[in-house]
Amino acid sequence: MGWTRKILRVDLTNGTCKSEPLNMEWAQQYLGQRGLATKYFVSEVDPKVDPLSPANKLIMTTGPLTGTAASTGGRYSVVTKGALTGAIACSNSGGFFGAELKFAGWDMIIFEGKSPKPVYLSIENDKAELKDASHLWGKTTWQTEEIIKKTHQDPQIRVCSIGRAGENGVLYACIVNDLHRAAGRSGVGAVMGSKNLKAVAVRGTLGVSGIKDFKAFLAATAAGKKVLAENAVTGQGLPKYGTQVLMNVINEIGALPTRNHRDVQFEEASKISAEAMYEKRPTDGKTHLVTNAACFGCTIACGRISRIDETHFSVVNKPEYWGASGGLEYEAAWALGAANGVGDLEALQFANMICNEDGMDPISFGATVGAAMELYELGILKKEDIGMEAPFGSAKALCELAQMTAKGEGFGKELGLGSARLCAKHGRPELSMGVKQQEFPAYDSRGIQGMGLAYATSNRGACHLRGYTVASEVLGIPVKTDPLVTEGKAALVKAFQDATAVFDSSGLCIFTSFAWGLPDIQPQIAAACEGDWSLEKLNEVGERIWNLERQFNLAAGFTAKDDDLPPRLKTEPAKTGPAKGLVNGIDKMKPEYYQLRGWDADGRPTGDTLKRLGL
Amino acid sequence: MRITFKLFASLQDYLPLEARAKNALSLDLPEGTTLGQVIERFGLPQKSCHLVLIDGRFVPPAERATCVLHDGETLAIWPPIAGG
Repeated sequence: MGWTRKILRVDLTNGTCKSEPLNMEWAQQYLGQRGLATKYFVSEVDPKVDPLSPANKLIMTTGPLTGTAASTGGRYSVVTKGALTGAIACSNSGGFFGAELKFAGWDMIIFEGKSPKPVYLSIENDKAELKDASHLWGKTTWQTEEIIKKTHQDPQIRVCSIGRAGENGVLYACIVNDLHRAAGRSGVGAVMGSKNLKAVAVRGTLGVSGIKDFKAFLAATAAGKKVLAENAVTGQGLPKYGTQVLMNVINEIGALPTRNHRDVQFEEASKISAEAMYEKRPTDGKTHLVTNAACFGCTIACGRISRIDETHFSVVNKPEYWGASGGLEYEAAWALGAANGVGDLEALQFANMICNEDGMDPISFGATVGAAMELYELGILKKEDIGMEAPFGSAKALCELAQMTAKGEGFGKELGLGSARLCAKHGRPELSMGVKQQEFPAYDSRGIQGMGLAYATSNRGACHLRGYTVASEVLGIPVKTDPLVTEGKAALVKAFQDATAVFDSSGLCIFTSFAWGLPDIQPQIAAACEGDWSLEKLNEVGERIWNLERQFNLAAGFTAKDDDLPPRLKTEPAKTGPAKGLVNGIDKMKPEYYQLRGWDADGRPTGDTLKRLGL
Repeated sequence: MRITFKLFASLQDYLPLEARAKNALSLDLPEGTTLGQVIERFGLPQKSCHLVLIDGRFVPPAERATCVLHDGETLAIWPPIAGG
């Protein structure tokens, strides 16, 4: 059946943990993970709730294929109302935590209320209890994981936790599991911190039972793995070069946002690329990259494990950072690098380690630094405001600001609120490069037109992982489309968004979609889960999830005006590259997109659409 | 004419050793040289020439054999890759 059929409800205010049966009617409509948890969330939480108030809830959720033999079946998600955005948030993470939660017998954990003191949740199969976390408060995610494992005398416990960023109210704080995987975006870690919940520690020994047709499931997952292995991207490109291989491509096509989107090409892109990770350093003769790494059950293994140069200024006399650690991935390398004009690979690795260690989304952090650097260059922020010189390109400022933000020190407090609040405070709101107060990821929508629409309409604020049309527009997956035109992009964005919602609800990693389409995961879901899981139904589930999230945001107060891009992307043409002279054509694409979605001109699902989707 | 020739990811092994660090090489070519001829000269496997860009613009597979290069252009090629 895929699901364990059990939910753990944790009342933090009263310190209780209760088991509930999973709503199987909803499971048939929303599959699991992102979809099913969102259904629970919108059914229980007032859309107008303050994200950091006890009335907000936070759900950690697995999918029906999490913990199974399906390739990449180790994903879990965190669903809440985002601290950064005020919109629905759903942040997805790999590693091993999700599978362990499933092995302990739980489909999801719903946290409600607020603990009067710091606590962590300890789960050992069906035994769940809140424990005092006073001794963990103020610790990093790395320290927290180590202490919990020692306390329980069990190195196989899996831990997700917040670092000091989540405790200090950094609005883009994330939840880190397994040292360097994270439910990264929208500030889910800030919500966790607001509840005085430091960590969740899970040990599960029950395995995953109840697969509907085990023989068919093994055949379907084996067939899927064969496709991944034989595909040049998932079988060769991603394991060898990781996501960072995109740096040179996106720069070459003129869509690498540089210096807070002032430019679309970064002259030092090659120095922070996947290829650069393989170059031997003059200082120690070692490559930056140590090895690749895989999450639970993954047969792709795109993760990067790297080692910083011990002589780099950021880690002199700091041996605690000299070991192999997670990163760099493309998004982090871009946000910490090109977004603020820094081409020092070691500095990016250091800032990335701080983000992992103290639980910050490197995309929003890096992009906020980029905005601060532009305010500095414009003379709006002074040296005395920031506490240092902070021009574009300053690796020293990047490294200092990462530590200050994580610890909530000095100007770091302002940076921790994100670029929208920072730029608004200093009278230049238009310089925040994001949508719904969430910063853009690593693709400039003047050079990749469809991404402008994907960003503008993403239910969790600017994000590439809600509809990754880059796959088609740039990489030719599944078919190549022209990144410089708006024609056809409304349908492309909708198709990517709906399909992604299904992947995110299954327990599988979205990176499988570079080789798999829905027809590849459908047999795996159908063999694992009871009920009818035809391709048609999966398509409908994806669209239903998208509209459910949309309805929450509308009820929270978002309108069609929020489905928009900053003026820079609509009025300042790209200066170089193939997109030179172009702005994003969001105003052309949006009406067609609304129409295709079955929404009215104000972006509201029509009665017919809601009825068709059973909403 | 002179063009800049770039090879990335696993294709960088097809560049001369001294050009690999920068993934790029300056090439002096006779007028009228096609993209397909450059691919052939460096022995690049056709199936590995997935993303073929001239000055950042994608050249579809069907046009590569006849696509004539021009002085000052940058030809960049990647095998199938992705990220996110």
